[in-house]
Formats: sequence, C-alpha cells, structure tokens
Amino acid sequence: MSRRSREKLYFALFRGCGALVVMALVTIIAYMLIGGIGAIDLDFLTEPPRASNTRGGIFTPLIGTLYLMGIVAAFAIPVGVLSAVYLVEYQKQGRMASFWRIVVANLAGVPSIVYGLLGLGLFVYFLGFGRSLLASGLTLGVLVLPIIIAAAREAIQAVPPSVREASLALGATKWQTVRHHVLPYAMPGILTGVILSLSRAAGETAPILLTGVAFYMSGTPGSVFSQFMALPYHIYAVATQTISGMSGNLMVYGSALALLALVIGMNIVAIVIRKRYREKYRW
Amino acid sequence: MNIDLSNMTKGLRPFRARPGARRELEGLPRALLLIITLISASTLLMVAGFLIFNSVPAFRSIGLAEMLLGTSWDPTSHIRAAFGMLPLLAGTFLVSILASLIAIPVGIGCTIYLAEIAHPRVRAFLKPAIELLAGIPSVVYGLFALLILQDWLAGIFGLSSGYVALNGGIILAVMMVPIMVTLSEDAIASVPRELREAAYALGATRWETMRSVVLPAALSGIVAAIILSIMRAVGETMAVLMAVSQTPLLTLDPFSGVQTMTATIAIEMGETAVGSIHYSALFAVGTVLFIITLIMNTIADLVMRRFSEAYQ
Repeated sequence: MSRRSREKLYFALFRGCGALVVMALVTIIAYMLIGGIGAIDLDFLTEPPRASNTRGGIFTPLIGTLYLMGIVAAFAIPVGVLSAVYLVEYQKQGRMASFWRIVVANLAGVPSIVYGLLGLGLFVYFLGFGRSLLASGLTLGVLVLPIIIAAAREAIQAVPPSVREASLALGATKWQTVRHHVLPYAMPGILTGVILSLSRAAGETAPILLTGVAFYMSGTPGSVFSQFMALPYHIYAVATQTISGMSGNLMVYGSALALLALVIGMNIVAIVIRKRYREKYRW
Repeated sequence: MNIDLSNMTKGLRPFRARPGARRELEGLPRALLLIITLISASTLLMVAGFLIFNSVPAFRSIGLAEMLLGTSWDPTSHIRAAFGMLPLLAGTFLVSILASLIAIPVGIGCTIYLAEIAHPRVRAFLKPAIELLAGIPSVVYGLFALLILQDWLAGIFGLSSGYVALNGGIILAVMMVPIMVTLSEDAIASVPRELREAAYALGATRWETMRSVVLPAALSGIVAAIILSIMRAVGETMAVLMAVSQTPLLTLDPFSGVQTMTATIAIEMGETAVGSIHYSALFAVGTVLFIITLIMNTIADLVMRRFSEAYQ
C-alpha cells in the first residue's frame, strides 16, 4: 500500500469516528423529539403532574428546577466570580497559586454523587436545613463552583495587562481597576461560564436525589425549607416506575424534551456569546 | 510658536490626592475576596471531612480490610449483613473499562478528524455540536439507555434483558467522547506549527506528520484528556443506574448486571436510617470513590503540566 493510499484509509477511518459522534448526538435528540413532541403543548408546561406522574404536565417539576437554578445563581455566581478575581488579580504567583489551581481542578473532578453526600452531611443534617430546596440548591451551587471559577479565571486572565497598566497609570487603585476595567472586559467570558454552570445544575440528578427532591408534590415549594420536584429527577422517577406503559412513556419523553430544550438552549446562548465576544475583542 | 501652558491650566483646580479615602477601602476588597476564595477552596476540605467523618463508624465496626476486600455486598440481609466493596469496585471498573474501550479509539479518531482533516466549515459546526453532546444531562442519556439502547442490545446479542454492563458501557462511552475530544483537540492545537512544517518540508504526508510528529508531541495532553474522561465514567451515577440492572455481583462479564459504587449510594441512601452502619458504609463507598478521583485527577494534572512545560 502506497503512502498516499494509506493516508486515505486512515483519514476515512477518522471521518468515520467523527460521523459516529455526530450520529450519536442526532440519534439521542431525534428519539427524544419523536417520542416527546406529541406531549409538548401549553397545558403540558402549565399543569402539574397527575395520576402518579402518568398524566398531566410538568409544571411543578419545572418550577422546582427553576427555583434550584435561582439558589445556585445566588450562591455560586458571586462566590465563584469573586474567587476568580482574587486568584488572578490578588494572588501572587508561586506555591500558593499552584495550590489553588490544584484544589479547583480537583473539585471539578469530584463525582456529583459525592457532592450529594456532602450536601446530605453538611446542609441536610449538620446545618439542619433538612431535605429541602435550600440544601439541594446549595449542594448544586458547590458542585458548579469550580466551573464558574475556571471560566471566570480564564476570562479575567485574557484581559491584556495594558488595560490594567493604563488604569493604574491614571491613578486608579487596584480595586477600581478590577471593578471598572478588568471585569467589564471579562464579562462575556464570565457570563458564558455562568450560563453553562446553570445548565449543568439544571440537569444534575444524583445530588438532589440525596438532598431533598420529592417523587411527587401537590404544589410548588412554599419555602426554601420545603421539599420540591425537579425535572431531571421527575424523568428518572417516571421512567423507572413499574406502571408506565404508553401514557407514561409520552410523559417521560415529553419531560426529557423539555429538559433538553432548557439545557441545550442555555448552551447555545453560551456558545453564541462566546463567539461574539471572540470577534469583538481581538487583542 | 510659543504656547503658554500656564494659561491652559488656569481654570483647573489643583489635583489633591486624598490618600485616606481610596487607599483605606483598598484593603477591604482584598480581605473580602480572600475570605470568599477560602470558602470556595474549603469545599474540597469539607467534602473530604464529611466523607471521612461519616464513614469512620462503618470502617471501625466492620473493619477496613473486610470493607475493601469483602466479596459480598448485602447490606440489608437479615441473617448477616455484608459490606464488602469488591463487587461495587468491580462493577464500576467493568462499565468504565467497557466505556473506555469504545470511547478512547473513537474519541482519538474524532479528535484527529476535527483537528487535522475537517474542512473549517465542518469544524465550525462540529465543535459546538460536540460541546452540546457534553451538555446533555446524564438523566437523558440514562433514559435513552433505559428505553432504547437496551432493546437494541437484547436484540443484537439475543439477551433476555438488555440491562447489562455493556449497556452502561456504551452509554458512558457516548458521554466520555465529548470531554476527551474537547481536551485533546486543545492539546493537538497547541503543538507548535514549526514542528508540522518541518515534517512537511521533509516530504512527510499529512498522516505521517500526524502520526510521527504531532501525536507524539501532544501525547501527554491526550493522555490527560483520556484520564479525565475515564473519571467522568467512574463518577457517573444516573446513566449507569438507569442502563444497568443493579445487582452486586463480583463479575467481569459484560452481559451480566452489575452494581456500581455511584449507583449503590443513589439507590440505597434513601432506605437507610441516619447513623446506621449502612448509612455510614455508603459514606465509606463515597470516600473510596473520592480517593480514586483525587488520585486520577492528580495524575492527569501532573501529565498535563509536563505537556505545557514542554511547549511554552
């Protein structure tokens, strides 16, 4: 076999791998679409589930997921972004800096179920929040923290030093420089990370399974200390219920489609923001 | 021409620095930021702390060796409850190995396609598509495995039930590929252009350049990507929980049901009484899982650092 034809053979193989990955994506989304599109209408989104989750809509779980995202945002965005500011702008290079880097990298690799155990031990029992919206939201907040820190750090690092030097040269203090010159430029990158981490929180099931999600609730949670329904757990619960059959399947595909739409929609927004930002600021 | 500069500044008030006001505030953000950073970093410590604190009772009453090497996991048995983690370790190992066997070759192939072969326009579409694949919630992958993939498997291999380790392995492979491709594509992209150009100048074809120059140069980055994607498989809960019938057997048969460590925690935690041995034993499973991921993460980090030091 000549060198050229060997190259052709290998390249065909790699094309095949690329095609396989695209096929996997298309197949999974297509199945959810075909199975679930029949379920999606306004009633499906605005009515609570009925008859042990086999009929009705997904209003209660959907609201539960949105509440969760709210708690995650309130906790993880300020803590994550400000940590990143400290790590980039204030932390001196050296042993401490690499220590922080290792800690954040390790946090990102911890399995979600282990975060669930942390939430159970810390928020549910130690702090006494009980199995609740607050415990689950904070658990998910801790889970996405490393994602936000990593994204924000990258975005802040990408702001060229000349911007900082110009500001400092005009007499601004370090904090004024960060606040008025570095953060605005880094904002699109930070926003991308924030959206991605919120979509991750929306889709996580294992941590909330341990910290407070309910199989069924008659209404939306009344306070942050009450239990709640959530979309990803709703999908799992309905799918693994023994009495499912056709109507159950329609419910489950419909819920999965709604979750996919939410998560993929957020991902697409993040990708678009990042693309725009790359075109807008080319240092 | 003479310009009288003194005229230009006449109307301006002299600038008076007030060192107090701004400088005093300057220490505040710094301290505040440090505190917040400590909070976020302490989560790692808290994870470790709560895991160990809660698993000590199990290790103490059952025994470290018995827990790690015991071959039977039967925590709810009325006759003699057994808390041997070996079947769970084997279950996690089996589905992860099956997933890796599929995902590593496909992932590397896809990376090379993306980095070297794909037309820029195809690339501009394919990269975000792969990122989307990484963004799909694990419960949706699990649903696909539960309702569709297991049916295909049962049909292809003539099984009575498709909820076998292989079902979990395949769906985990689908979840591993996007991480691997994204990370190893970065590694390939950061190989200096001079290396490629030198190879081309010596008359190498694109594939020869790829195989003998670019891939070896990016090797440590690719290895780190592989390790991180395996970690995703080891730590995944919902997809394996839904794809595999959870039975704690000590087996490496891909056509058998197995029980992974993650799924064990997810299924059994709801049925345990707080403070019981079973409750504590599940934390112990979490501790072992946590230690495994820390070790793998550290290895990936070391490998990655070697890579970035080589090409700066």
